[in-house]
Amino acid sequence: MNLNATLFAQFVVFFILAWFTMKFVWPPIMKALDERASKIADGLAAADRAKTDLALAERRATDELRKARESANELRGGAERQGAQILDEARAEANRIIAAARTAAEGEAEVAAQRAKEALRDQVALLAVAGAEQILRKEINPAAHAELLNQLKAEL
Amino acid sequence: MATAHAPNASEYVSHHLGHLTNVKQASLVDWSVIHLDTMFYSIALGLLAVFVMARAAKRATSGVPGRFQAAVEIMVEMVADQAKGIVHSPESRKFVAPVALTVFIWIFLMNAMDLLPVDMLPTLGALVGINYMRVVPTADLNAALGMSLAVLVMCLYYNIKIKGFGGWMHELFTAPFGNHFLLYPINFAMQMIEFVAKTVSHGMRLFGNMYAGELIFMLIALMGAAWAGTWGGGLLWVGHIFAGTVWAIFHILIITLQAFIFMMLTLVYIGQAHESH
Repeated sequence: MNLNATLFAQFVVFFILAWFTMKFVWPPIMKALDERASKIADGLAAADRAKTDLALAERRATDELRKARESANELRGGAERQGAQILDEARAEANRIIAAARTAAEGEAEVAAQRAKEALRDQVALLAVAGAEQILRKEINPAAHAELLNQLKAEL
Repeated sequence: MATAHAPNASEYVSHHLGHLTNVKQASLVDWSVIHLDTMFYSIALGLLAVFVMARAAKRATSGVPGRFQAAVEIMVEMVADQAKGIVHSPESRKFVAPVALTVFIWIFLMNAMDLLPVDMLPTLGALVGINYMRVVPTADLNAALGMSLAVLVMCLYYNIKIKGFGGWMHELFTAPFGNHFLLYPINFAMQMIEFVAKTVSHGMRLFGNMYAGELIFMLIALMGAAWAGTWGGGLLWVGHIFAGTVWAIFHILIITLQAFIFMMLTLVYIGQAHESH
């Protein structure tokens, strides 16, 4: 427990070691630590940015999807409308054709019926004349009785 | 023990407490004497500390650190954080923080010499003719006080640097009691006492702990040495194993704690030099 020159020697050694540490140990380690800290900070910032980018892209994708769906719906609606219109038109056309055909057929039928009626009327007149000839047993001059026959025909 | 007769307990202890000196110290204070063993071990351990750290620093990468680098970084960060919290001048920290780191690791290594078997290195020394050797430099008052004196000088330096010589003188005479001419001598006396007390307690605390620890290791070693085939001696030998184990494990805490305390007080004292009263 004596005091001696060791004290001052230790004093000097203290400063030499401290100087050495200050010069060669502290700065490189602190530099590495700071650099790593900034690297980590950069990495975290990049991760954050990526996250926002992702969210943005997701929103954009959703938007696009919604838009596509809307336009598809619109397209389908248009197509359906057009289809319905075409169908309606076709139906109307068909109805028109059917109606025209029916009218034509009816007209034809009427004409045929008329013609048949007239033919019948002619034949009925002839039959009636023949019947009357038989009844009267006497020759009727068709020329002389033409007016009578025509009158009879008109009555039928 | 390489002596002809087996030493008794007090001879053993006082021999172990003898330093290897250039000349025999006659008086309590003798500036011509130097402890060669203390100087050898403290310089060797100091160089070991700074070169190991310099190795880590040289290979330091900002990428993924290896285990060795990570270990050094943990200590550097610990010291840097403490320094940041205590010394508020970034300019001063450029020197003060490395000082704190050096002090911590250096003192830890010097304290750790206590964990070597007390007789190992002195016995090896005796084989080559070195008859006195103390291997724990911090258990030498000169080493501990030398370091606390270095801290004192740094305190004085930063006092003058931060406050200016005039400002520091003003503080010496007006703090802590106030600015009144009647209080000047009292203030000054208080300041002087404070500086002396800080420095002495700073060094003494480390020295006392390590010296006492070393002494207890010697006493434990004496128990083992008392084994001479007798029944009581056998018990003492078991006692040596038990007490030596317990004390060594406890000492792991003490050496770390004392190194940490010395470092923290270094920072605190230098931090105080930065603050005006």
